[in-house]
Amino acid sequence: MEKQIESQGLSRRKFLKVGGGITFLVSAVGLPALVFKKGELAESKQISAWVHLASDGSVTIYNPASEMGQGTMTALAAIFAEEMDADWSKVKIEDAPVEPDIYGIGWGGERGGSMLTVGSRSVSAHYNNLRQSGAQARYVLLSALAEKWGVDRKELKTDSGVVFHPKSNKKITYGEIVEFVKIPGSVPEIPDSDLKNPKDFKLIGKDYQRYDVPFKVDGSAVYSGDIHVPGMVYAAIVRSPVNGTQPELKNESAIRGIKGVLNLVSLKHGIGVVANSMETALKAKSMMEITWKGDTKAKSHNSQDAYEEYEALSKSSKTGSIVAQAGDLNRELPKAQKTIQADYKNDYIYHAQMEPLNAVAHVKADSAEVWVGTQAADGTRNDVANHLGLDFKSVNLHTCYLGGGFGRRSMTDFVIEAVDISKAVNLPVKLQWTREDDLQYGAFRPISLQKLEAGIDQNGNINSWKHVVIGTGGGLLGSGADIPFYDIPNKLIEVRNIDHGVRTKHWRAVGHGPNKFAIETFVDEIALEQKKDPYQLRRELMKNHPRELAVLDKVAEMAKWGSPVPDGRARGIAFAERSGSLAAGVCEISVDRSTGKIKVHKIWGSLDGGVVVHPANAKYQMEGSLVMGLSSVLFESITFKEGQVEQSNFYDYPILRMEDAPEEIILEIIPSTEKPTGIGEAGLPFMGAIISNAFAALTGTRLRHMPFTPEKVLEVLSS
Amino acid sequence: MQYSFILNGKPVQVTAEEDANLLWSLRERLKLTGTKFGCGVSLCGSCTVHIDGKPVKSCITSLSQAEGKRVTTIEGLSEDRSHPLQLAWIEEQVPQCGYCQSGQIMQAAALLAENPNPNREEIIKHMNGVLCRCGTYLRILKAIEKTAQKV
Repeated sequence: MEKQIESQGLSRRKFLKVGGGITFLVSAVGLPALVFKKGELAESKQISAWVHLASDGSVTIYNPASEMGQGTMTALAAIFAEEMDADWSKVKIEDAPVEPDIYGIGWGGERGGSMLTVGSRSVSAHYNNLRQSGAQARYVLLSALAEKWGVDRKELKTDSGVVFHPKSNKKITYGEIVEFVKIPGSVPEIPDSDLKNPKDFKLIGKDYQRYDVPFKVDGSAVYSGDIHVPGMVYAAIVRSPVNGTQPELKNESAIRGIKGVLNLVSLKHGIGVVANSMETALKAKSMMEITWKGDTKAKSHNSQDAYEEYEALSKSSKTGSIVAQAGDLNRELPKAQKTIQADYKNDYIYHAQMEPLNAVAHVKADSAEVWVGTQAADGTRNDVANHLGLDFKSVNLHTCYLGGGFGRRSMTDFVIEAVDISKAVNLPVKLQWTREDDLQYGAFRPISLQKLEAGIDQNGNINSWKHVVIGTGGGLLGSGADIPFYDIPNKLIEVRNIDHGVRTKHWRAVGHGPNKFAIETFVDEIALEQKKDPYQLRRELMKNHPRELAVLDKVAEMAKWGSPVPDGRARGIAFAERSGSLAAGVCEISVDRSTGKIKVHKIWGSLDGGVVVHPANAKYQMEGSLVMGLSSVLFESITFKEGQVEQSNFYDYPILRMEDAPEEIILEIIPSTEKPTGIGEAGLPFMGAIISNAFAALTGTRLRHMPFTPEKVLEVLSS
Repeated sequence: MQYSFILNGKPVQVTAEEDANLLWSLRERLKLTGTKFGCGVSLCGSCTVHIDGKPVKSCITSLSQAEGKRVTTIEGLSEDRSHPLQLAWIEEQVPQCGYCQSGQIMQAAALLAENPNPNREEIIKHMNGVLCRCGTYLRILKAIEKTAQKV
């Protein structure tokens, strides 16, 4: 290892001096010269890249995932600290450098995938890897100490950063070991039997505070918009109102004449203005007169007419892409004693993360530096490098906190814009999107029509299940459409897609939001039709799935399902899985029949997320996803007219405010020793159904089109 | 133009154009970035600061409106995160993404300064203009209620 370091032009001495302690890997934060060469990767993977231990005992653990509010920077560090047996009170957490070969993770948890932070996967994917890496860091320390003390490593015990040798009654802190520890050339894989017994966990499954919270109550947490670089200028962009159209600026000389405007930059999809202040950039942007050229596909898109197109497509005999099938639906459904059908709809919705997109970029002759809050650290670095024709090592990406991601910040469009403008003006640039930009040039959760049909056999059981999802957004449509936990012998679940030429994207829980709304509302409709309790019907359908059943039973018990409901209120129940986690919900609502306003008073939720690393935060993520889900179900709708988004800011795209938050949210996590699953989205998918189901119980009428705005409620009530 | 006001207890002077805005002056000229840009039209409250103790949306406030006044931002609410609301925010672990929380805390601080013991309805009415996308509303409420009881 020393040789390796020297061969890269940095002596071990310098390494130690720079680091002020020991980093268990050459690729440490603040040491950009120490980039891996390909041939070294195989060996370096065997030692821990995850921690820097200083002689004062402070422990810096590197966070491999984007922190966008989900709290995984704390949970991931806790997993590592648990097996390292570090003193949690001395742990600091820093973002890992953008080195996917080290900090990336594959979907199956294999090391060296991408650093993409999506799909609630951070804890579940990193769990084994970080336990292993933490245990390896401990191994390195204990091996060094064993050699120093001349004892058997296996005789050493640790407790929160202190090592004991019971035979000789000696003890030493991890910080003290830094003085003499040698970084070995390689570290063996620690067998599972040498990892901690879960009953000895001090962090995993326990209560501890989030690392980021103190920095978020005094304004010191750094988001990319907070970055200042010497000589930085400001940029804003007018983007195509109809996707694909191209700009022609009509009043260029007037814009250039505005005091403080430094330059204009033509982009394919818009025109950027660069100015010496943010105010001037925004003012110049608002004054640009642009003609938009080009006949694009999006121009013919009117979203409220799309449902008719979908209806027509649903009648096609050509099957779409199959999500799941079992038995022989086409043979059995026609034989059913009775069939039940229903259609569900959902409008486009917008991410509305509180921090409008922004990035700071400084493109130089043969390198680039970028500051951004992104869900795709390595993807952004690579996109920037490819865009500029640079080697990715020449792109220095500084990751920042994200003011919400929800899927929008896994795109890199806004970073490329900043890079293009910086390159054009040869200066560091802060690009700021306005809220209107963020909304109108959004990339939305797709609209869809969901056609469901169930066949009931002579015993009153659901024998056939047909679900056709028709919408736009291709692969975004199918997630969550399958129902593996409901045993129905014949099923056919398919997706049919029409490309409208507008921008669509993953939105928290992706297709699970619309699909679970349709599925779980339909189950409720079948139950009412069959005069069965909707909770009991689900129990029957999932009777061979004990984990799912336990989650459903838990929420029914918490909400005292079946007990009397206060006057003027009703409850609804639903079940949904997401990212491997199982969740069930019950809500209690009332409706103001004169205004059409739905009030959700209480929500109960149960969750099985396998081993839960940070239960307090896991519950809070579920609470957050319930509230965001509630917002989407009650209020949110993006519509297109001739390809143009009709909304522009929070006055015509309202999101939930405090007055509409539930009065109470009661959550429980089911204890489990199963592998961890994704939690950050698990509460969201059932929200549409629990509200529609409660509404049906209360009014005898059914809401089948999200969002459930007062207008739609009044329409349904009067029908 | 030259603007003078008291920022977080200290006199400051800012040179900026006539149409300079308070939010961008705080963030870009004075480099106090705890105050956030969220909507630009006074609909989300992420940019809330105090002028002479009253909560204002800095995104729609011109710098000239601060002239001669006392402006307080999240950075000036306390020197060391010790304002009772900041302590309550930590105790209740309120923030998720955190982006709106400076605005939430500043809005709440103005309420408690005026009405040390608000009821739930009063809190909701006062806080309703500050949006949170992560869904932290119930903990914000709890943190304010706990603080009110202690004050």
